[in-house]
Amino acid sequence: MPRPIVEFRGVTRAYSMAGETVYALRDVSFTVEEGDFFAVTGASGSGKSTLLNVLGCLDRPSGGTYHLGGRDVSRLSDDELSGIRAKEIGFVFQSFNLLPQLSVLDNIEVPLFYQGIPPEEARARSRELASRVGLGDRLGHRPAQLSGGQQQRVAIARALVNEPLILLADEPTGNLDSASGAEVLRIFDELNRAERTILLVTHDETVAAHANKRLVLGDGRVLRLEEGIRA
Amino acid sequence: MHRLWRTVRLGLGNLLLHPLRSTLTVLGIFCGVASVIVMLAFGEGTSYTAQQRIRALGSTNVIVRSQKPPESARAGAGRSFVIDYGLTYLDADRIRESFPTARVLVPIREIVEDVRFEERRAKGTVVGTVPWFLEVANQKVGVGRFLTAVEMERQGNSCVIGPRIAADLFPYQDPIGRTVKVRSLYFRVVGVMAEGGEREIEGVRIAGGENAVYIPVTTARSWFGETLVKIGSGSREMERVELHELDVQVASLEDVLPTKRAIEEMLRRTHPRGDWIVKAPLNLLQAAEQTKREFNRLLGSVAAVSLLVGGIGIMNIMLASVTERTREIGIRRALGARRRDITLQFLVECVVLAATGGFLGTLVGVGGPILYEALTKTILIVTPWSVGMALGISVLVGIVFGLYPAQRAARMDPIEALRHE
Repeated sequence: MPRPIVEFRGVTRAYSMAGETVYALRDVSFTVEEGDFFAVTGASGSGKSTLLNVLGCLDRPSGGTYHLGGRDVSRLSDDELSGIRAKEIGFVFQSFNLLPQLSVLDNIEVPLFYQGIPPEEARARSRELASRVGLGDRLGHRPAQLSGGQQQRVAIARALVNEPLILLADEPTGNLDSASGAEVLRIFDELNRAERTILLVTHDETVAAHANKRLVLGDGRVLRLEEGIRA
Repeated sequence: MHRLWRTVRLGLGNLLLHPLRSTLTVLGIFCGVASVIVMLAFGEGTSYTAQQRIRALGSTNVIVRSQKPPESARAGAGRSFVIDYGLTYLDADRIRESFPTARVLVPIREIVEDVRFEERRAKGTVVGTVPWFLEVANQKVGVGRFLTAVEMERQGNSCVIGPRIAADLFPYQDPIGRTVKVRSLYFRVVGVMAEGGEREIEGVRIAGGENAVYIPVTTARSWFGETLVKIGSGSREMERVELHELDVQVASLEDVLPTKRAIEEMLRRTHPRGDWIVKAPLNLLQAAEQTKREFNRLLGSVAAVSLLVGGIGIMNIMLASVTERTREIGIRRALGARRRDITLQFLVECVVLAATGGFLGTLVGVGGPILYEALTKTILIVTPWSVGMALGISVLVGIVFGLYPAQRAARMDPIEALRHE
């Protein structure tokens, strides 16, 4: 029985806009288990981004509970959530979001810095991850000197450097050409084979096809949950 | 600790990304700090020089001088008459008896005369005085010695000349042992005074100075008499004055002002014509200290304004930087930065800017006066506390003016910040 990593129980996220309450998520429940490659799909405005923000502890649910690695994180303070983000979550964004003034190595190190890892150890781990994504020879480069695919690989290394419980990816191939996109997906598959838990948000069917479970959102609700879709 | 250090390094890196912008911001603080230190050094130096000069006048002295009574100024043209005014030996005796705190009393007679040596002549003031004038007036002998008690008793014809007289009459010779001539009288030079500048209190010139010729007061009285003749245009004015000045030295600083007031009270009764004036160098010292306080207050406000301007510069640049780096803030928050990590990051940049400005300002503020002093011989005093204060304030300015932009950065919603283009 695999350990549950993410457990959403009746999660609701409501905003008040001009006096009216708008629901971005309504009563969303699902579980991501260890080793899952979990895809969230849906039309734009279906609540994917809000879901990802809550998953990534950037946002808190207005109702329901969210357990991450068995711990209820739905009512934590801002500082505690920052701590969770630093230790338990790895983010991969559509637009890479590397810090332009930092080198590849320094970019990878950022989460370790906020976790308070000693510099020597941080350096060693970052080096190792950089070479694992095939950028061992570009440690001193700035993001602007790299191709999009290389930048996204740096971002993946950065997302993995803190050994997170879950890797959250938001349209990771959205800004890439097909070859680079395929390379990124190949890395994701490889990571998943090594029992890494991955959740990615996409509207691209071919990307979603890499996942073994798929959650389809519509208008903030779970439309359907498909399991075992990958051979 | 290594975290703070790395934040500082990160801050430095970010600041170096915009070298011109950072330099200009640093310049604001730099100017403020340098000007504060330099101005304080000027203030201290000026006040020190003033105090030295006032001390040379003798801070425990009360100086009583004869002055021509106001009504006698309207002397009839073409007539000759004698104006009789001023302090007398009787006044000296009265002061000596009435003021037990007055330790020393120096009677002085002055006669303005040409002093000659061979073909040369110099405009001098013959000062008839006593040997202890030297000590009371805080004067110093440069070469030779001052007058002695024996010379005074015997109405000797020794003299001590001021440095300017010495320079005018003896450009090539050693004046000691030579004989100078005043009117038809000959005096043997036994000493030359050290340079000491002119002596005056609140516009009133007092005895001594660069072109004085000191002779025993007894000699002055018996040889020059008490009547001085001034020949003006079409008039012949004669003045009879017994004593031109009485220097009273009291035992302690507390006695100065009461003694001064009491002497004024006494003279008001005995000399109702107002042919006298009483001055105390201590008043000058107090005035100088008052001036210094006011100067420091003025300086304080100038410094406050310049540092305020520098601080506004920092705040301005930081607010722009926070807006520009919104996305970076979002990324860092997503990667686990707490609010206080963001605050610290921006605050550190502000403090680095301010402290750099402060440090460079201190270098110039300390180096500038040293250079200026070497070039101009003006005394400037850089006090250590002013350096410490300037540095401390610059760091404080960094914190105070950086806090608002830094907190603004920290309070951003990470989701919004990540979406920022």
